[in-house]
Amino acid sequence: MSLDVGTGKTTMEPCLESMKTASLPDLPYAYDALEPAISEEIMRLHHLKHHQTYVTNYNKALDHLRSALSSGDHSSVVKLQSQIKFNGGGHVNHAIFWKNLAPVHEGGGKPPQDPLSSAIDAHFGSLEELMQKMNSEGAAVQGSGWVWFGLDKELKRLVVETTANQDPLVTKGSHLVPLIGIDVWEHAYYPQYKNARAEYLKNIWTVINWKYASDIFEKHNRGLNEF
Amino acid sequence: YPLDALEPHMSKQTLEFHWGKHHRAYVDNLKKQVLGSELEGKPLEHIIQNTYNNGDLLPPFNNAAQAWNHEFFWESMKPGGGGKPSGELLALLERDFTSYEKFYDEFNAAAATQFGAGWAWLAYADNKLKVVKTPNAVNPLVLGSFPLLTIDVWEHAYYLDFQNRRPDYIKTFMNNLVSWEAVSSRLEAAKAASS
Repeated sequence: MSLDVGTGKTTMEPCLESMKTASLPDLPYAYDALEPAISEEIMRLHHLKHHQTYVTNYNKALDHLRSALSSGDHSSVVKLQSQIKFNGGGHVNHAIFWKNLAPVHEGGGKPPQDPLSSAIDAHFGSLEELMQKMNSEGAAVQGSGWVWFGLDKELKRLVVETTANQDPLVTKGSHLVPLIGIDVWEHAYYPQYKNARAEYLKNIWTVINWKYASDIFEKHNRGLNEF
Repeated sequence: YPLDALEPHMSKQTLEFHWGKHHRAYVDNLKKQVLGSELEGKPLEHIIQNTYNNGDLLPPFNNAAQAWNHEFFWESMKPGGGGKPSGELLALLERDFTSYEKFYDEFNAAAATQFGAGWAWLAYADNKLKVVKTPNAVNPLVLGSFPLLTIDVWEHAYYLDFQNRRPDYIKTFMNNLVSWEAVSSRLEAAKAASS
């Protein structure tokens, strides 16, 4: 709402002028830092081309949305939703993904500590069993998508889920918080692994950043009853 | 054609993986999947139609449709292909799209905007040509039309040669690889089947 002081009228204008556009986050490590699990070539393409394209196209869609909202073109607002979901989802998912990974010398691959560690054992039996479940569900994704390890805040449960294309984890449940996401789009592994997605999944665990997952888990656990 | 026949537009390495690994896996995995079931021994198109299940896909659909789609794709290309078609096919493209250039643009756009994995098609239905895009393994057979031409836009189809540059791959396919002979003969078959 804005108040036109001159005429005393108020107008229902969405404050879109202050709308923040998305930008490509920096990678928290060098492009070759995840070798040999993920090659420098993949990291450069994945970050500088694929993620950048999602950001660019998301911002374009937001721009069109701004115009559509300003002119009350509701049919265009609705039509833009798929562009926003594809590209915004791509941006959100990849921003999480870069944090889900870490070089070995910065803790990548180091197993989680408590409380996440005990919670994993309680829900999946062991860390190995969680990894196996992620690998088998990730390998089974048809076409493009993600495999997620998440926390259901409401049911106080750890889950493994998959999503198609760039659908974020919340599309599988509004109470789901992503702890670890693994990109199984072919662009995430093809130059290095070709069709061997299972091998990519096996190797990526050596650079998974369990510290990040633990931090998110503990943040959402604070104030909850005993898990 | 040999694995290197489509060079330099589609590399031998791509064919080695795309045909030798991806396509082969769909075929091998389908065989395992239908072993001992009522689908065993049935024609591929029968399996596809019977497992599409109005979009609520039954397990064999992906392998069956992908096996079909890839064979159709290899036959949609030829060494020294591409360029503009002629004769009746061109006339129909001009009739249904206003011009070949409009068809070219529409086909390119469909292939470029199919989000994630999928295919773009030229298809024939109700005596009309149209451009269709489909996700993952879906093809026009299950949508009630006759496929005439396809381009695979799963990333594995172009990543080794073009990386993320899908639009360049699509242009290369249209300018240098399409077998209009194959498209024309499929059109004849489609018209005969429709009459």
